[in-house]
Amino acid sequence: MRKDYTKIIKRNTLKPKYFRNGAVAFVVGGLIGVFGQGLSDLYINIFKMSKDNANSLMTVTLILLSAITTGLGIYDHLGQFAGAGAFVPITGFANSMTSAALEGKSEGITLGIGAGMFKLAGSVIVFGVVASYILGTIRYLFFQ
Amino acid sequence: MKKSTYKFNNVYIKGTGTAVGPLEKEGPLGAYFDRDYQDNYCEEKNWESAEQRLLNDAITIAIASSGLKNEAIDLAISGDLINQNAVSNYVMRDFPFPLLGMYGACSTAMLTLLTAALFIESKKFHHIIAATSSHNSTAERQFRYPTEYGGPKPETATFTVTGAGSAVVSSDVTNIRVSSATIGRVIDANQNDPNDMGTAMAPAASDTIIRHLRDLHLTPNYYDMIITGDLSKVGSKVLLDIMAEEGFDISKFHEDCGKIIYSESQPVFSGGSGCACCAVVTYGYIKHLLETRKLNRVLVVAKGALTGVQTCALPIWSVT
Repeated sequence: MRKDYTKIIKRNTLKPKYFRNGAVAFVVGGLIGVFGQGLSDLYINIFKMSKDNANSLMTVTLILLSAITTGLGIYDHLGQFAGAGAFVPITGFANSMTSAALEGKSEGITLGIGAGMFKLAGSVIVFGVVASYILGTIRYLFFQ
Repeated sequence: MKKSTYKFNNVYIKGTGTAVGPLEKEGPLGAYFDRDYQDNYCEEKNWESAEQRLLNDAITIAIASSGLKNEAIDLAISGDLINQNAVSNYVMRDFPFPLLGMYGACSTAMLTLLTAALFIESKKFHHIIAATSSHNSTAERQFRYPTEYGGPKPETATFTVTGAGSAVVSSDVTNIRVSSATIGRVIDANQNDPNDMGTAMAPAASDTIIRHLRDLHLTPNYYDMIITGDLSKVGSKVLLDIMAEEGFDISKFHEDCGKIIYSESQPVFSGGSGCACCAVVTYGYIKHLLETRKLNRVLVVAKGALTGVQTCALPIWSVT
């Protein structure tokens, strides 16, 4: 094989639109955050909940909305449009679990939905736990 | 280098069949496909069954269009993208002839045709089915992410064609002849992005086209069209660039199945891919062009990328 294939490939490929992607992700991700804050304020001020309870319920509401829009085939379009803006917030995590569960449906309840659900989310959980373990240790040792 | 091009004297295409999903039907080549479905489930309960339905249709239509009965078929050579060639195996439960399963990723359309041609040329077989299928959602599940997953895809990504194509390869004389075939080498272009398979496959495509031309002492303009399987927009540009560097200008008569099966306005990123991409375009559109004499000699180049290791193989079909 020719050594300079990489050069030929490089001069013919498209560069990702970093600025456009970053800007859209910032706005959409921010809007999801604002929406969450709105929900939280609503629960505190109208339903007179404690701040902790309101925040938990806000998280659960976002997860529910994300799961429903995933099932309706809307969330993947939002993801394509907004990129990191759609998958960094908790809604993205919920989408990864719901979409994997939907995909597993035809393989049965236990090994299809049950096991398949964590196909994408599994690595997030593993590295989330590992990262919090390491950071927790550092905090315990140096900042107590 | 040893030659790997084989000439055939009595290999013909006696019948073809194609079945596609809704997006392919809406595309510019929609009119050339034999059967289509309203949605990706193809009246079935899940996508795997839908893909089986498409392949079953393609084979049934191909046999019917050849005027033969099931009993006249000696063998089916078929492959798909799913683990253990499951789709082909399940479909062949409904047919009385034996199956030779093959895996060649997106090169399967020409891989099965090439093998069928070699078998027919051996004179031990008279009528062989060459078939392949792919389904966007089963392929996404097999190789990428769940279909409803929100991760964005780059513009270099290709879109797996939902459909199936089949041909009855025969020693009976018809007006479409398979004249020669070149078996491709494995070329590792050191690309590892499953969302950019065009660039991974272009070096292999150019390698096989050049070896085909050299083995047969041909210049590129011997063919009215050189059509690649699923290099897509990005890969086609790379192919033309490599070919130009090697001294072959094929830009005037090069086409790509992945580029022409969808229109610019359809949400398919860089173009179509998958086993069915090359199969339905060749057995639907190209066959039509040959039959109506709009083209006389076509070189079809199919190639596959293995996601993860990204190697390529490509058989070639040329019709005179």
